Amino acid sequence: MIEEKIEILLVEDNANDEMLALYSLRDLIAAKNIKVVRDGKEALDYAFTKGAFADRVAGNPQLILLDKNLPVVDGLEVLRRLRADPRTCLVPIVMMTGSAKESDIAASYQLGANSYVVKPVDFDKFTETARELGFYWLLVNEPPPDPLAPRKNDHDHAPSPTDR
Amino acid sequence: MNEDCLEILLVEDNANDEALALYALRGLLVANKVQVARDGAEALDYAFCIGLYANRTAENPLLILLDKHLPLVDGLDVLRRLRADSRTYMIPVVMLTASSEERDIRDCYEQGANSYIVKPIDGDQFMKTAQKLGYHWLLIDRPPPDRIGADPPSLINAHPAE
Repeated sequence: MIEEKIEILLVEDNANDEMLALYSLRDLIAAKNIKVVRDGKEALDYAFTKGAFADRVAGNPQLILLDKNLPVVDGLEVLRRLRADPRTCLVPIVMMTGSAKESDIAASYQLGANSYVVKPVDFDKFTETARELGFYWLLVNEPPPDPLAPRKNDHDHAPSPTDR
Repeated sequence: MNEDCLEILLVEDNANDEALALYALRGLLVANKVQVARDGAEALDYAFCIGLYANRTAENPLLILLDKHLPLVDGLDVLRRLRADSRTYMIPVVMLTASSEERDIRDCYEQGANSYIVKPIDGDQFMKTAQKLGYHWLLIDRPPPDRIGADPPSLINAHPAE
């Protein structure tokens, strides 16, 4: 099976925000490299290759953009379960949500979110924020090694054993 | 020294990298909003208001930029101690270091680093990276609300039974 390498898992139930995020990221990353899921359960199924995603090639995205208020399983609960599992405990997760409440921000950091971003209401601000965020996490940040990545031949993926 | 508007703690022993980082960030903040510590011990003194910093205003920086290889106390140890203390465990910490070894990257994330950045060797690239970093963490990210001196995290157990 040929699968595109998913670089961003976008967990977003609001179709408008989803469109905006995809639009903002279009110069940075092809739409086929972003996987969109619309509720917390689907996000967990994707992350742990279960349910509808049982057949996908295992591998963590470089970034999970996680809304907080989600149907079925709440964003904070998704975060908690991802952090509790050795396969996903280090994946960069950025909360991207409408809430600017201190308690939500603090709870997210306590549960191990890497960053917390409040969705700007203004269109231009939203696209700029999403673009900068995508650039930072895809091109500036060095992601953790992926315990889920399929093993390939040495010369493909092996880290250089030489110290710098 | 006016510490009221402190924003970044830069922990960096290399004077050249320090100058570059400060230069790159100049548009995002004024110089007195960066505190530089040149080794791991100084970083911890600063974070916990001890030693030389016993008299500073007890307020957490918005962001700690932490080199991994540091004199006296290693960056990873600094990170571990920050994460183990209720006053500092939520401060966003970005590792900014020369090492791109998988083991170092994994260790830092395991100890709770929010982000890991390999310092570009090229000066222009370094500048761009530092700018993107500053923009993300100072303008886009919402830092956690905790502050040294306040009660430990007023969150989940906000109201212990009386």
